[in-house]
Amino acid sequence: MKILVCISNVPDTTTKITFTNDNTEFNTAGVQYIVNPYDEIALSKAIELTEGGKGTVTVINVGEASNDPTIRKALAIGADDAVRVNAAPRDAYFVAKQIAEYAKDKDFDIILTGRESIDYNGNQVAAMVGEFLDIPSISIIKKLTVDGDSATLEREIEGGKEVVTVSGKFVASCAEGVAEPKIPNMRGIMSARTKPLNVIEAVSIEEVSKVTKYETPAPRGQVKLVSADQTEQLISLLHSEAKVI
Amino acid sequence: MSVLVYVEQAEGKFKKSVYEAVSYAKAIADQQSTNLTAISIGNVADSELKELGKYGASKVLNVSTDQLKTFVNQAYASVIANAAEKESADVVVLSNSFSGKGLAPRIAVKLKAGLADGAVELPTTDGKFAVKKTAFSGKAFAITELTSANKVIALNPNAFGVKENATDIAIENFTADVKQSDLGAVIKEIVRATDKVSLPDAELVVSAGRGLKGPENWGMIEELANLLGAATACSKPVSDADWRPHSEHVGQTGISISPNLYIAIGISGAIQHLAGVSSSKVIVVINKDPEAPFFKVADYGIVGDAFEVVPKLIEALKAHKA
Repeated sequence: MKILVCISNVPDTTTKITFTNDNTEFNTAGVQYIVNPYDEIALSKAIELTEGGKGTVTVINVGEASNDPTIRKALAIGADDAVRVNAAPRDAYFVAKQIAEYAKDKDFDIILTGRESIDYNGNQVAAMVGEFLDIPSISIIKKLTVDGDSATLEREIEGGKEVVTVSGKFVASCAEGVAEPKIPNMRGIMSARTKPLNVIEAVSIEEVSKVTKYETPAPRGQVKLVSADQTEQLISLLHSEAKVI
Repeated sequence: MSVLVYVEQAEGKFKKSVYEAVSYAKAIADQQSTNLTAISIGNVADSELKELGKYGASKVLNVSTDQLKTFVNQAYASVIANAAEKESADVVVLSNSFSGKGLAPRIAVKLKAGLADGAVELPTTDGKFAVKKTAFSGKAFAITELTSANKVIALNPNAFGVKENATDIAIENFTADVKQSDLGAVIKEIVRATDKVSLPDAELVVSAGRGLKGPENWGMIEELANLLGAATACSKPVSDADWRPHSEHVGQTGISISPNLYIAIGISGAIQHLAGVSSSKVIVVINKDPEAPFFKVADYGIVGDAFEVVPKLIEALKAHKA
């Protein structure tokens, strides 16, 4: 079984998000980068499925050389090799096209991503890769079991779940529950240094979107405190002032 | 030129988030002085389809082919892209629901379109078609310009609201050729908890954290939620400890929500949690620690022990409703 896992390099979850250059650029000063937490779940699942010589896991990232430490982290967790498409990830469309171009003649059985990246919250790459490759894509899965050539997935829906089966190649985006995130051990960290990380050039495609500016949410006013003995006052404020109940 | 909105049905019915998408798409059609067409896939009665006229759709394409009765994003994307071409629609709108998230990117690739998902406002009309969307898990917004000729927008629930705009609506049957290979993913089972309010669409949400001390104490949270008609949610440590299901985890690595009212009980308000709920319209925080960071971003607060405050709040709510 050959599995491709797509990973994003994202700011650590504790990052305070600020912008520079008249709010047109993300302020990277002092920001720690990590493997996107959902992609880590996808990677952990891929490793679980191929453990014991049952297959190989390749990770792919679209980004510049500054992403290499994050890619090495994925290798330390247990991927066999890595590919970096050497280009700034313009938008999901661009990233998905690069991944599809790489994957189209490599015969991967399964392509996994995280449910979304925690920076642009896209949720787009998995389904776009599926479309570029003309194979099924299942988004936001909570469970994945593989049995020979077919797989059973549980997909989240509003207030419930759907059980989906697919045979042959597919793409899926993974949410919490698919696998426990694996933590790299010392042997993994050591071997990650020598595992192959191939850098390939990007294919050019037409631009379809660009971020022109960022905004931060408007700050809220001072909190209105209500005494713990006067819960009825809170109800009345929510009813008459905030008008939400 | 026209605008096409995909109206997602669940068991033959449209939800509020669909009417929001129709209202939003109608506003874009008005910006561009054109018409709004809806497309529905699956078994939906004419009376339900007619409802779409209330929010401004002047036509609905009804796809009721048997093989498309249940959702397959690959095939649905083909049908919707096909309809967009036939209707000369250059803007396609849909809800940013779980299914929408699997569908919109495939439609975008088919139409070679830029995609703004998680949209919260109408596109700008300064000739740039820039859409405000959530980014950094609620910590910021990105103004995203869609520079392609075709555009796809997935609208966040609860962001735009439902706007009535009564229009005469025509129902047209629409057939599209579906390739067998588009039907590769097959739904075996759909499990829906019908007695609970679904969290992503909920207008009111009651959420609790580690301050509750254990899963056995969720009874009062559920009682409060039931009284309000609210959905229940939780913080990450709570779902990590399996006190509550992962589907209830809101925050940076869970789901992001923007209800009208978010009541946080026994949640301190770590930056990762705030990211997922900061776009709630009104935030109420109940916490025994007056220094809890959540109070800094709350509209209303009660400093007190959840085990004392929540039962009193339930009594007060019962009295209010009586």
